[in-house]
Formats: sequence, C-alpha cells, structure tokens
Amino acid sequence: MAVTLDQTIAQKQHTFLSRLLANQTFWVVIAVVLACLFLSFATDSFATSKNLFNITRNVTFVAIVALGMTFVIITGGIDLSVGSVLCLCSMVLAVTMHAGYSIEIGILATIVTALAIGAFNGVLIAYVGFPPFVVTLGMLSVARSLAMVASNNTVVFQFGPDHQKLLALGGGAWLFGIANPVLYMIILALITGFILRWTKFGRHIFAIGGNEHAATLTGVPVKQIKVAVYMISALSAGLAGIIQTGWLGAVTTNLGTGMELQVIAATVIGGANLAGGVGTALGAIVGAALIEVIRNSLGLLGINAFWQGTFIGGAIILAVLFDRIRNFRRSD
Amino acid sequence: MSVLELANISKHFGAIQAVNDVSFSLEAGEVVGLMGDNGAGKSTLVKMIAGNFRPSHGTMHLEGKEIVMHKPAEARQHGIEIVHQDLALCNNLTAAANVYLGRELRRGVGPFRILDYAAMYKRAGQLFAELKSETRPRDLVKQMSGGQRQAVAIARTMLSQAKIVLMDEPTAAISVRQVAEVLNLIRHLRDQGIAVVLISHRMPDVFDVADRVIVMRRGRKVADKKIASSSPEEVTGLITGAIEQVA
Repeated sequence: MAVTLDQTIAQKQHTFLSRLLANQTFWVVIAVVLACLFLSFATDSFATSKNLFNITRNVTFVAIVALGMTFVIITGGIDLSVGSVLCLCSMVLAVTMHAGYSIEIGILATIVTALAIGAFNGVLIAYVGFPPFVVTLGMLSVARSLAMVASNNTVVFQFGPDHQKLLALGGGAWLFGIANPVLYMIILALITGFILRWTKFGRHIFAIGGNEHAATLTGVPVKQIKVAVYMISALSAGLAGIIQTGWLGAVTTNLGTGMELQVIAATVIGGANLAGGVGTALGAIVGAALIEVIRNSLGLLGINAFWQGTFIGGAIILAVLFDRIRNFRRSD
Repeated sequence: MSVLELANISKHFGAIQAVNDVSFSLEAGEVVGLMGDNGAGKSTLVKMIAGNFRPSHGTMHLEGKEIVMHKPAEARQHGIEIVHQDLALCNNLTAAANVYLGRELRRGVGPFRILDYAAMYKRAGQLFAELKSETRPRDLVKQMSGGQRQAVAIARTMLSQAKIVLMDEPTAAISVRQVAEVLNLIRHLRDQGIAVVLISHRMPDVFDVADRVIVMRRGRKVADKKIASSSPEEVTGLITGAIEQVA
C-alpha cells in the first residue's frame, strides 16, 4: 500500500457530481424544469409572458417568508406565526400610511413591529424554554387578532399621501420587465445564501440544529442566536407583507391565512429538514416555485381546483420520501 | 514546577459534600487516571478544573499562579481543554467545522469577515495527521467511526496551546479497535508535553496508558500512586472500599 496518511486525509470523498445527485434541491429543480417543459408543450397558455409573470410574482411572497423560515428550521425550530405576522405587518403599514404618515415611517413602523414580535417569540423559546410550536401557535392567534384591532376589521385601500409610491414599490417592474417582488426575492435569497454559507452566525445556526448541547459546550451563544433566527423569520414575513401590500393595493384581515403551511411546505420540499441541521436558500425558492407551478398547471390543464391540495400534499410527501430512500441506502 | 496544583479543594452542594479536601498536582507530559465509582466526585472535580463549578474551598495554581475561573471559556484561555463524554459533535457538520466550532477562522477586514474554509480544512488536516488518524476534514462527522469522532474531539483541544486536557470517559461505548486508537491519541498528547487527566471506569485502559492513578471514594482522594507500584486488584479494592486508603 503506497497510500500515505497525508494522502488519505487530503482525499476528497465526494465529487461535484455525486454531491449534486445526492442533493434534494437539485431533484426539485429538475422536477420544476420538467413540469415547465411539459406544460409549455401541453398547453398554449403556460409559456406566455403574462402567465410566467404571474407565476414568478406569486412565488415570491411564499418564497421570501420561506427564506426566513429556513433559518428557524435549520436550528430545529418552527415558526407558525408567519402568516399572521405578515397580515399584522401589512396592516400596520396600511394604517400608518392611511393616517397620513409617509411611506418611510410606515415601513419603519412595520419593521419595528416584525422585529418586536420575533424577539418576543425568540426570548420565550430561548430563555424561558417554551417549545417553538406552542409560542408561535399562540402568536399566530395574537397577531391576526391585533391586525383586526388595528383596522377595526375593515379593508384598507387608501394609503395617504404616498399611496402611489407604495403601489410602485410592490407593483412595478423597473428592471427588464421583471416584477419588483421577484427582484426583492432574488436579493433576499442571495443575502440568505451568503449568511448561511459564509458567516460565523450561519455556521452556528447549523451547529445548533445538529446538536444544541454540543453547540452550548463549545461556546456558541445558542440563546442569542435562537432569538435572532425568530427575529429574522418575523422580519421576512414583515418584508413580504410590505411588498404584498404594494402589489395588492389593499389589505384585509385575512391576508396570509394558512400561509405558514405553504411556507413550511416550500422549505421542506426544497430540502430543509424539520429535525434541524439542514436547509438552503435555493431550496426555499425552488420549493416555493414547485408549489406554484403545480397550482398554476392544474388550472391550465383544466383540472378541478379542489385537487390542488392533493397534488401539493403529494409533492411534500414525495420530496421527503426521496430523502428517506437515500438514507435507507446509506444505512445498508 | 507542576502544571496544575490543587490544594485542599472542596465542593459542596447544599448539605452534600461532593468533593472533600482533595489535593494533587499534575506534571507536564503526564497521564493521570482518575478513577472511582459513580458519585465518588470525579466529575465534580473535573468540572471545577474545567471552570464549570467554582470550588467551595481550596485553591488552584496553574504554573505557579493562582487561578479563579467563572466559566468554561476562562479555563480555555488558561490552556485547559476538555473532551466531553458525549464528544459534543454536530453530525451535520464536517470534521473541520466541528474542530473549529465556536472559534471559527475568518478572513477579511473589519466587520466584513467571512469564514476561511481553506485555512480551517488545512489546519484540521494537519491536526489529524499529527494524531495519526485517517480522518478527512471535509467529511461529515455523521459518516465517521467512533475512533475518528474521538480524533475530531481531541483535535479541538490542540487548536490552542493546551497545557492540560481533561478526558471524560473517552473509551466508554466504543469498539476494542477504537479503544486502541483513542489510547494512541492520548499518548500523542502526552508526547507533546500536555498533561492528560483520564477519567475512566475501565481498568485496562488506565493501566495501559496512565503514569499515575488517583482513586476517589465518597468525595475523598484515597490513593495517588504510580501505576508501576500499583495493581488493578489494589485499585479495585480502593474503589469499592475494601482497601481503606493507601499513602
């Protein structure tokens, strides 16, 4: 045997290709691409610029929140409050601007609201030891109710002096005809990907999800980081709320109802593990994209909309099934 | 001069006297086996050295200077490292990431600093080579054998210039071949002049690798002998109380 210890240590066990093939996100990308190709041939209306514009824009709200959720899920937590927080944040923005304040003040108030809610969730989870499920389930109810209180359960569609600015922010398309929300999503995804891969904070998030006790013993500031991830999650819901308000041009108190489940589905389909320790920014985006393509295609193919839930639920189970099959093979 | 000198260390939790008037010293490049039955006070003693607990009474001197520690990070700064019983590894991270967990290397300027993957892979690889362990820095810890996992946990202690390494039951629950690997890792630490405290229930391991054995029973030190002048039978007697105490 001429192989020295140094050679063994220097050896890379995985090639680029083998890592790619073992990656759930990669397979979901393939699924999205195949679905799109199929739909382009099977229907006349899929590959039109109007439909693609709609799809990309619809993906963004779930995708942006899914980016924030990815942080939480990597630490092994869950945030069920995002749909309600999105609604409350939209409402804070709408009510503030409706009262005559400028768009800057409205956005500031929204972001402060989001961060405060995230900090509240995070402190109860990290310092008081509540299970994340319980705290954020409570917040799901509280935030929606506060949105009703703030607006007296009415629809707000007049945003004061900066009305047009807000609509341009969410509804415009200032770069190559790409809808603004899509641009925001891409920017936020790049930031998320950078944080997860290249910062100490990102590394520590993965460590907490992998083995929280070990992270504590090795001096990782576990509690502070946990508070931070719930603040990021709420912030992403707040940002999505701002953009969605600008796009819709009106806010109702049932905005974002049930969105938490779509968001969690998107992250899981994209390869995040609810047990913690695994997840990517790209995964959150393609997970959201797959859900939207499925929804869109059912409509175009003339399949009854009642079937939507079945197909999306099937996609969730199928995505995780592939992961299980790989693990079975590994343990053989 | 001894690396570490404990003088009349006691620790009580309420009315329970966990450690009672224990004194001993550690020399550089020495492996000391710390033995005793469950509840004898081994873990409490080690946790005081590692900065998890503060002694109720007594003093600790590190290379002649008195030290008082409030948290584990301070012990680390003094060059005291611990390998935890469960190794404290994250399965979802690479070997290098685990070695550097909590003290990641970064490059860049000011607040714009990113993880320095290349440097961490390189240094982790060097440490594994020093430990003569076939462990690849880029592999996930999830896929590693018990011996490799031990190497990752031990490599952590070699990042800074450790003077003392405390090992809590490193050979519990691993295979015979892996036990041999771990004992070799301990010898490597010793050869670099590091003092090693090996907490173990396994008599053969202690007699294989240690220079000296300290036996505790009910919070007291009941023996502190050279391995050469003791025997497994004597140590067993000391642990169980069949032999009261030896000088």
